[in-house]
Amino acid sequence: MSDHDHGHSHTPITNGDEPAAAARARALEELLVEKGVIGREDVRQRIDWLVSRSPADGARLVARAWVDPEFKERLLADARAAALELGLDPGPSPVVVAVENTQAVHHMVVCTLCSCYPKALLGPPPDWYKSLPYRSRAVSDPRGVLTEFGVELDDDVELRVLDSTADIRYLVIPRRPTSSEGMSEEELAALVTRDSMIGVAQPAAPAPGGVLSRQG
Amino acid sequence: MKYRAGQRVRVAARPHEGHHRTPGYVKGKTGSVERVHASFPNPETRAYGRDGLPKQPLYLVGFAQRDLWPDSRGHPGDRIYVDVFEHWLEVAE
Repeated sequence: MSDHDHGHSHTPITNGDEPAAAARARALEELLVEKGVIGREDVRQRIDWLVSRSPADGARLVARAWVDPEFKERLLADARAAALELGLDPGPSPVVVAVENTQAVHHMVVCTLCSCYPKALLGPPPDWYKSLPYRSRAVSDPRGVLTEFGVELDDDVELRVLDSTADIRYLVIPRRPTSSEGMSEEELAALVTRDSMIGVAQPAAPAPGGVLSRQG
Repeated sequence: MKYRAGQRVRVAARPHEGHHRTPGYVKGKTGSVERVHASFPNPETRAYGRDGLPKQPLYLVGFAQRDLWPDSRGHPGDRIYVDVFEHWLEVAE
């Protein structure tokens, strides 16, 4: 523990068996604060922002695109502007790109270099997204990865993997479930899972009879 | 913007000391420009506390899955798209 000039020592608040990476991050934070590069309040605000984000925002974009073809065109042309149009926070990336899954083409997203992810629209990335096996196999064996996630693509479907190596953030518009006719935009949004917007899952299936019972 | 959508480009095979955002698995590989995004601060200098200027144009480059991993199974049209900065690209014939 380093020397402190304010009369007490810091015992880190950890869960006991902290991984080495967490200890390293903590040490870096201490140094950056000590050198005045960042303030503790900056760190706190970033964390508060991150945990306040959720896939519900991305799901709203997708559900609107499913019911409004003109909105979908705007979303595909400029996802950042489309998010702002719905009053959503598209995040700090100047360019957000939405790609559409169709009968003929399936997209999935990875960041092989680290963990780039549309956090503003999907919330914090899942641990597996940041794992080395996903980051390497999503590009070397993407169909194998999809199979493990439970997605079986037909042989005639083209697979497009997007490696977000730089400033752009990618969001997948999954295919609307065939049995979802007549559902409201809000009901549709509930089918749009986080993983379906990364491209490693299909949207949830509507509950059997759900639409009928609502109509009845 | 030096390149346009549809143009064939090759990713430079050069090594690079320090932080950069060009994944090794596309170095030396040929693909085609899918999108011309915009210009962004250069991460290779920004990572070391500098301003990253001049900004570098960024492109989405598409590669055939089979050009990157010849053993890959799946559809012959399967593709991998990677964001690559202009100074890592060369004209491919």
